[in-house]
Amino acid sequence: MLSLAAVSAGYGSFRALFDVSLDVEAGEAVGVIGPNGAGKTTMMRVISGLVPMDAGAMTFDGRSLDGLSAHRIVERGIAHVPENRRLFPRLTVEDNLRIGAFIPQARAKIAERMAWVYDLFPRLKERREQLAGTLSGGEQQMCAIGRALMSGPKLLLMDEPSAGLAPLVVQQVFDLVRRIRAEGLTVLIVEQNVQQVLEVVDRAYLLEVGRIHLAGSSAELKNNDLIRRSYMGL
Amino acid sequence: MDIYLLEAVINGLLLGGVLALLALGLNLIFGVIDVVWIAYADLVMCGMYAVYWLHVAGWPLWAASLAAIAGVAVLGVLVHVLIIAPVLRAPPINQLLATGGLLFFLQSFTTLLFGTDFRNIGVRLPIIEMGDIFISFARLLAFGFALVGAVALYVFLKRTYLGVAIRAISQDREIMGLMGVDQRRIYLVTSLIGGALAGLGGCLLVLQYDVHPFLGNTFGPLIFMICVLGGLGNMIGGFVASFIISQIISIGGYYYSTEWAYVLAFTLFIVLMFIRPRGILAR
Repeated sequence: MLSLAAVSAGYGSFRALFDVSLDVEAGEAVGVIGPNGAGKTTMMRVISGLVPMDAGAMTFDGRSLDGLSAHRIVERGIAHVPENRRLFPRLTVEDNLRIGAFIPQARAKIAERMAWVYDLFPRLKERREQLAGTLSGGEQQMCAIGRALMSGPKLLLMDEPSAGLAPLVVQQVFDLVRRIRAEGLTVLIVEQNVQQVLEVVDRAYLLEVGRIHLAGSSAELKNNDLIRRSYMGL
Repeated sequence: MDIYLLEAVINGLLLGGVLALLALGLNLIFGVIDVVWIAYADLVMCGMYAVYWLHVAGWPLWAASLAAIAGVAVLGVLVHVLIIAPVLRAPPINQLLATGGLLFFLQSFTTLLFGTDFRNIGVRLPIIEMGDIFISFARLLAFGFALVGAVALYVFLKRTYLGVAIRAISQDREIMGLMGVDQRRIYLVTSLIGGALAGLGGCLLVLQYDVHPFLGNTFGPLIFMICVLGGLGNMIGGFVASFIISQIISIGGYYYSTEWAYVLAFTLFIVLMFIRPRGILAR
């Protein structure tokens, strides 16, 4: 479904990604793990068109994504839940969801999708008139995911959904990821919370200093010595 | 209550309506594009000339007004494309200089075209008498249409996808693309609306004031001060500040003189900048 082939990218003269190749098949959940500063967020931003690619190729559903601006990539069916959620704090929950349905093909289905999102996250329905900035961390994550779902994506990119949340809430966020998978969406998730993310994804890649160092199924990675030692503290 | 004072208060309220409309336009542009259109009042002046000349050419007032609103709306888009877009990522001082250049350009260009004569559209609207109070119908009309304009803008911002995007963009510019929003399109729509509001302001002011190329020098600083007082980009703050300033000018003008009232208003502005530098309604 999504394929990155030898993608390099960076900011100005600083290179953050080197020859990254990665594939996500339809229906899969794939994780990208790695330490802070490994380039995980940059990779997500390259996929969604916020950071330009310097070299390499990207295709989605067999069509090239090269050089498309961010709003065009949303129209292709990729939605991005950004790092730190990035809700519009002074808009209501419902307006945040509405703006997620900005693209023409999503506007036609807004009522249906909003009902679906409220069904997935009843909490959001209770708080629909509340300003998004007043939500708790976990609720904000629900709202950010809901907002991304409003565009009707085939692929959902999630950047550190558990960051900055209390341990109990982290557990809830991973439950959310499971529910979204159950809805038939394909998910690419970036996480530092290695142990828990390996419980929800089928496969994962290890990204370190801008390069893919390891790839494998969740079961393989859970038993890999390097990962156990460096990322799980085992 | 003194009947003349009451008249001054009513006139202040009516003036406040038009100022509020223009403050909304300037705040909208600043909030969305993050650039202050210093030449905003000069777009209003262009709108006044448009109504004036079309009316002189024999167009009925309503048609001249609609054409002026459309014309200034297009002018707003041109300002964005030709002047703002190239300096969008430049430091604020460069943006200020660019729109300041536009101000002098519009003033000298209209001088070149029309000379420095004060021109009066010559539409005589009745004076309404309520007991001993006299109210100009032109002002009442201006107030009414300014409120209609403000309400229309409010409904647009609340109810439409573009409106939600416009409210969102000032809160997080960078991720708008992830929402499927093309920022450039939002900027164009905002400039179009900002221009249309300036055009509407021109239609309303030309009924009350003579038009001349330097009219923007009177209203420009006033609108800018109102926006800063309300908190730049804060539309509700600007709306409230419009009525505060218009009352100071109107009541001050009644007790002393209009010139003194302006001195008073700008003095209050400077003092308030010390006390509440981020505007009276700062969050």
